[in-house]
Amino acid sequence: MPEEKVGVYICHCGHNIAGAVDVEAVAEWAKGLPNVTVSRDYKFMCSSLGQELIEEDIKEQGLTRVVVASCSPHMHERTFRTACERAGLNPYLFEMANIREHASWVHPDNVQAATDKAKALVSGAVHRVVYNKPLDAMEVPVEPTTLVVGGGIAGIQAALEIADAGYPVVLVEREPSIGGHMAQLDKTFPTLDCSACILTPKMFDVAMHPNITLLTYSEVEKVEGYVGNFEVTIRKKARKINEADCTGCGTCWEKCPKKVVDEVYESGLGYRTAIYRPFPQAVPKYPVIDVETCTYYQTGKCRVCEKFCPTGAINFDQEDELITYKIGNVILATGYDQFDPRRIPEYGYGRLANVFTSLEFERMVNASGPTDGQMVLRDGVTVPKSVAIVHCVGSRDRRYNQYCSAVCCMYSLKFAHLVKERVGGEVYNFYMDIRTSAKGYEEFYHRLLEEGVHFVRGRVSKITGAARQPGEEGKLIVQCEDTLIGKQRRIPVDMVVLSAGMEPRHDAAEVGHLFGISCSVDGFFIERHPKLDPVATMTDGIYIAGVCQGPKDIPASVAQGAGAAARVLSVIGKGSVRLEPVRATIDEANCSGCRICNTMCPYSAIDYIEDLKVSRVNPALCKGCGTCVAACPSQVITGAHFTYEQITAQIDGVLFDVLHQPVAEPV
Amino acid sequence: MSKPKLALYWASSCGGCEIAVLAVHEEILNVAEAFDIVFWPCVMDFKVKDVEALADGEIDVCLFNGAIRNDENAHMAHLLRRKSKIMVAYGSCSSEGCIPALANFTSRDHMMQYIYHDSPSADNPYNFEPMPTWEVPEGELTLPKFWNTVKSLDQVVKVEYYLPGCPPEAKWTATLVTAAAAALAGKGELPPPGSVIGNTDTVCDECPRERNQKKIKRFYRPYELKEVDPNLCLLEQGLFCAGVATRSGCGALCPQVNMGCRGCYGPNEGVDDIGARLISGIASVLDADTDEEVNAILDTLPDPAGYFYRFSMSHSMLHRTDIGHTLQRSGDQG
Repeated sequence: MPEEKVGVYICHCGHNIAGAVDVEAVAEWAKGLPNVTVSRDYKFMCSSLGQELIEEDIKEQGLTRVVVASCSPHMHERTFRTACERAGLNPYLFEMANIREHASWVHPDNVQAATDKAKALVSGAVHRVVYNKPLDAMEVPVEPTTLVVGGGIAGIQAALEIADAGYPVVLVEREPSIGGHMAQLDKTFPTLDCSACILTPKMFDVAMHPNITLLTYSEVEKVEGYVGNFEVTIRKKARKINEADCTGCGTCWEKCPKKVVDEVYESGLGYRTAIYRPFPQAVPKYPVIDVETCTYYQTGKCRVCEKFCPTGAINFDQEDELITYKIGNVILATGYDQFDPRRIPEYGYGRLANVFTSLEFERMVNASGPTDGQMVLRDGVTVPKSVAIVHCVGSRDRRYNQYCSAVCCMYSLKFAHLVKERVGGEVYNFYMDIRTSAKGYEEFYHRLLEEGVHFVRGRVSKITGAARQPGEEGKLIVQCEDTLIGKQRRIPVDMVVLSAGMEPRHDAAEVGHLFGISCSVDGFFIERHPKLDPVATMTDGIYIAGVCQGPKDIPASVAQGAGAAARVLSVIGKGSVRLEPVRATIDEANCSGCRICNTMCPYSAIDYIEDLKVSRVNPALCKGCGTCVAACPSQVITGAHFTYEQITAQIDGVLFDVLHQPVAEPV
Repeated sequence: MSKPKLALYWASSCGGCEIAVLAVHEEILNVAEAFDIVFWPCVMDFKVKDVEALADGEIDVCLFNGAIRNDENAHMAHLLRRKSKIMVAYGSCSSEGCIPALANFTSRDHMMQYIYHDSPSADNPYNFEPMPTWEVPEGELTLPKFWNTVKSLDQVVKVEYYLPGCPPEAKWTATLVTAAAAALAGKGELPPPGSVIGNTDTVCDECPRERNQKKIKRFYRPYELKEVDPNLCLLEQGLFCAGVATRSGCGALCPQVNMGCRGCYGPNEGVDDIGARLISGIASVLDADTDEEVNAILDTLPDPAGYFYRFSMSHSMLHRTDIGHTLQRSGDQG
């Protein structure tokens, strides 16, 4: 073991650690560990006084290694590394032992166990740190172009913020138009402004902005590289339209003889043609031909659109295009899927005609929707005299999603208001709790209470068309326990609206994998820190905004879009990023070029040098994940800061109390 | 001046290493010229008491082949260690356990049970089992005690040099013996104690086959393939080859005749556990996305433990708790 002067600092973290770990005992005990020169405990190591303690000891005691036992490295590794650096010690000669999340918080009731575990973790760090090597961060320039994935309101906001600051943006949207879910809505709570009226100017700004390259009907196919220097390949799906020639006049879709149910924009409530533009204010204005349903692609005949197109813009032979961009940062704003209420059979959606989803209802009350804004039953003519609105459909339900979808209370109140306003019937809101926590929301709730909307507290157990009592015939009966009066109620209504919750996109996991970020248990993308870093991710250069991070409403999505943009702009403004020097190197003298590592690298950072018959790591691409280190059968790849020496020393240290115990077993 | 003294011994092994010594061909004459052979029970009539009669450290070089499987092996290892200046773990068995150490996947009791009772060919109506001691009218008869764990030589005594291989290639035997003779005559220096006599890199370095990015869809046993591409990496063709993790020095003999490397030279320099390296290396290139696909591919590899740890169980991290720290090549157990 090398000889070094190690300083050990045990943090109380107020009561967080000291409540379960005998920190003084650990600090005293650590004095006996090999190489330890100083061992102290302190109330808050992360405070400026705590950091100064380290700095002073480095200068005065000549410490060559530092170990801090406190919280997770996610929290304060950078803090203590910087403190070491200020005192002239290479930051990588610092090692952190997590005795909060890994000891005190998980063993709050067992001081002995928590203290023993803290000792083991400290011992591991002390044994390891003497093998740590000084490392230097590498500065690389940042590409100024930002990729924004998802053209909903969060993505639009992010794109505009960055473009307005003067930097190029590539905005990719899977659907033929940007706008996202917000474009489907009629009114927005609590102010009741028209969704389209506030959204479409922004969509238009995107279309017109000289700094924004808008790629709709496109998907990201491949992401290579690293923060500041990604290379992203985007598949621009064939619209079958020459955009340069198309004026968006609409003749083609007026003439198209093929009508299909529009499952996306109209949520299945209306129809579109096979060549279509999702909605009048769509951006861009060009239609697309849906080859899955187009008669020509199915039978080889038709071509009506081509015949009528005044500018000859229809191009049946157009093929998908792959476009590659150099990208500095990425903002994912991929939004959500609505919970499918068919999964709750007792609510009858899909079986009982007049049970609607919230998005269907949005389309129905929208003046440009399939019913021209008429609130009618599925037959298209009957105006409902009574409407039930069921909250928490698929949310706050252990069978489906435990989380609260955050927006349903407010839009359910909005629906109730719209019913009152448009048709004036009876409205019943079936709720568990009313959650109106943002600005102006509670006031809106009170307004609704005064409008005479009925609120029934309880989870609906059944929606049925089977009448049992007089007055129920021909109605939908909503059954639920009204927990405020402690009684079962059966309330007959004409129409039911299911306030379905938000779910992660069905392909969120694949998209996360593509960009190298993870999803939480719920399936939403994980932010770097839930409170202090909500739009960054654990992968440098990848940011998230809007509902893809978790359920939220429009103001919160816009705020996150702008927040992510600000984060990106600070990186672009600086012009360069410091890359962690934690990366792999191959000992070329002993690499035999078996090429097992070549396919392993998730960042394509390993090249095979044909002449020398060895593999080589591109240090700028390597993220230090260690995959190749583990894969190398001859162990000639070393992961800096995670060498075999360091890891085994740490294991030896953690096992200090059992490692050298004699074992009785017959030879 | 008398010639330096050489001893050769055969513990738990097949005997191939004894033959390998002779495969140095005419070099053996130089050996006989340079050394005084004081102990080689396979070839010449020596008794243990001849060794016991020597002074401690009187033997200059001892080539010890075979693993330590029982009390007698251990006794001879300790005796020869005491009498020798340079102890060489000769061949795979004494270096890292080899085939005998595959028994470390099970226990002595299980083996006895199977061999003497449960195996299909066992015919043992009186349920005999070998006993370490047995009383007869003439006195007590003894057998060496059979160990629960097969150990490599360095897990029992201190070892200066390792000469891996099953058996070692003659050129490395010649290298060692020549170097030792020169050093003893004061005309050269030996490598630092604990060294492996051989190359540091892997068999792939000596293998002329072409290598590409690898994805293994299934494994084949040699007879399952109609044709083996003579120029393409065997692993890429689905033939298990341990060459990626095995120390070079053999000249890639097996891969050159369409037979995957078995791994007899042990891990390359700096590697602790060749089996672990092989497992992570091979697992890395399985062409599978789901657990089912992984299992389907692994089902085509019969006896994976035997493939991955064929020669190295004594040195494996999967070791028994009684082995202690395995990798003290110049350990102080002597």
